[in-house]
Amino acid sequence: MTSDTLLTVSGFSVTYDVDPPVEAVRDVSLELRRGEILGLAGESGCGKTTLAYGIQRLLKPPAVITGGHTVFHDESGSDVDINALTPEQLRAFRWDKVSMVFQGAMNALNPVTRIGDQLEDVFTTHRPSMGKAERRDECARLLDIVGVGRDRVKSYPHELSGGMRQRVMIAMAMALRPQLMIMDEPTTALDVLVQRGILRQISELREELGFSVIFITHDLPLLLEISDRIAVMKDGRIVEIDTAERIYRDAQHEYTRRLLSSFPSLTGDRGGFVRGDDARVASGARKEVAR
Amino acid sequence: MTTLEFRNVTKRYKVRGAGDMLALDDVSFSLESGQTIALVGQSGSGKSTIAKILTQLERATTGEVLLDGKPIPHRGPGLRRYRQRVRMVFQDPFASLNPYHTIRHHLERPLRLDKVVPKDQVESEVMALLERVRLDPSATVDRRPHELSGGQRQRVAIARALASRPELLIADEPVSMLDVSIRLGVLNLLADLQRESNLGVLYITHDLATARHFSDRIMVLHHGVVVERGDADGVILDPQHEYTRALRDASPDPDRHFAGPAGTASLRS
Repeated sequence: MTSDTLLTVSGFSVTYDVDPPVEAVRDVSLELRRGEILGLAGESGCGKTTLAYGIQRLLKPPAVITGGHTVFHDESGSDVDINALTPEQLRAFRWDKVSMVFQGAMNALNPVTRIGDQLEDVFTTHRPSMGKAERRDECARLLDIVGVGRDRVKSYPHELSGGMRQRVMIAMAMALRPQLMIMDEPTTALDVLVQRGILRQISELREELGFSVIFITHDLPLLLEISDRIAVMKDGRIVEIDTAERIYRDAQHEYTRRLLSSFPSLTGDRGGFVRGDDARVASGARKEVAR
Repeated sequence: MTTLEFRNVTKRYKVRGAGDMLALDDVSFSLESGQTIALVGQSGSGKSTIAKILTQLERATTGEVLLDGKPIPHRGPGLRRYRQRVRMVFQDPFASLNPYHTIRHHLERPLRLDKVVPKDQVESEVMALLERVRLDPSATVDRRPHELSGGQRQRVAIARALASRPELLIADEPVSMLDVSIRLGVLNLLADLQRESNLGVLYITHDLATARHFSDRIMVLHHGVVVERGDADGVILDPQHEYTRALRDASPDPDRHFAGPAGTASLRS
């Protein structure tokens, strides 16, 4: 019987060892549940990407993990202390258990390699026992799942639209059926219709395959819609973590309220946006649920 | 009162091996001083082609662009005067300022080139412009772009656009590259400036929420065709065209999401 918790982060801190040192992540603790979508919100420089990289040990100097643990509770029942993995273990662990869709993923594909071959690399590395035909099948299936279609397996990245390239990256991140996918601004450069299609797909795949997602973005309205819970970061700390609905209806931290008010609502009130001769409302004084 | 009119404008691009690409198909609208029109649509809908034609970086294939009823000039001093009256603010404040030059240089250039004020008043005008965009003049004027934040840079870009005392401003995604907490500050600034100077603003964006709150009217562009236009609230709250509805429904909207009965996860998938 496996526990409900997939990942436990405790007292996690990261410092960039430059002059003067920057404490990018400060004493962060959180628990991620199995199958949960956790939104990580905050502005540029708040430490959200550093945290996401840090928990899978993807940081390189001058970043130093100065404290804390990340424990991954595998579905097999064993616990993995990510900080204690040897380089070889870490290599096997990454992508197999935790995968990542990187920021600007549209440009993360190798421009001179067919996307099918890039997908196959994942299996060649992590599933060396797989035969060539089986690998090909699997790649075609993945491209179908994300809605790109198996007939694009021989395409080069530049032959695909931005949204399709993004879907290829998601296919790649799903290839080994990881238990956790970390997505760093996966839809930020895409327009709303494409973004909506991809989000819907992530939700459906999550329902079907049961993986957890850490979804990083500064787009709070988007997070409110897709996340189960949201953690709001500021200056390296999580200032508030709660269900999306409670963050929306009853944010406790002043910074969360300010962030909420900086997005005028599409169909509701205007948040901190003031136009014409309206009186200037103090930012943060977001009205109780509009309508 | 200044009026800029787009009359039956069509723009075709020649695509090698694929014949013509129709970027704009018979688009007409007019923008007046004191008015803000938002132009929305997804990538590739033709928004930026409109901006390029308005600034004469591209010429319309057929149709006319009129300023106060007269066709706008395509070259020479006439074009220069036109560009003085109709100014552009670009999307990326990291790319639109020259990294080698100080902020002073950026603001002095349009003032000198367009001879906005006599030479001995250039300095005080630079300071006044920085003041207008709510930057600390003495702390900013001798800096270079890399020493400023994204929001400060965009304010400089706005100050530069205002230097020639334009009547109309074309703002192509002016806040999409900025951090969320400062986006509203920059939009609020644009709205204030617009009222102070009775500017006409064409706000090009894919963000329907700010389009609604920032503009008087919204035009929705789809495959080079204006599929819907009307007052801002009406277009967003009660869209008539199916494409506008699709755009609206795809935009994140927690208010709508949480407005339903207690079990709100229903909208999620």
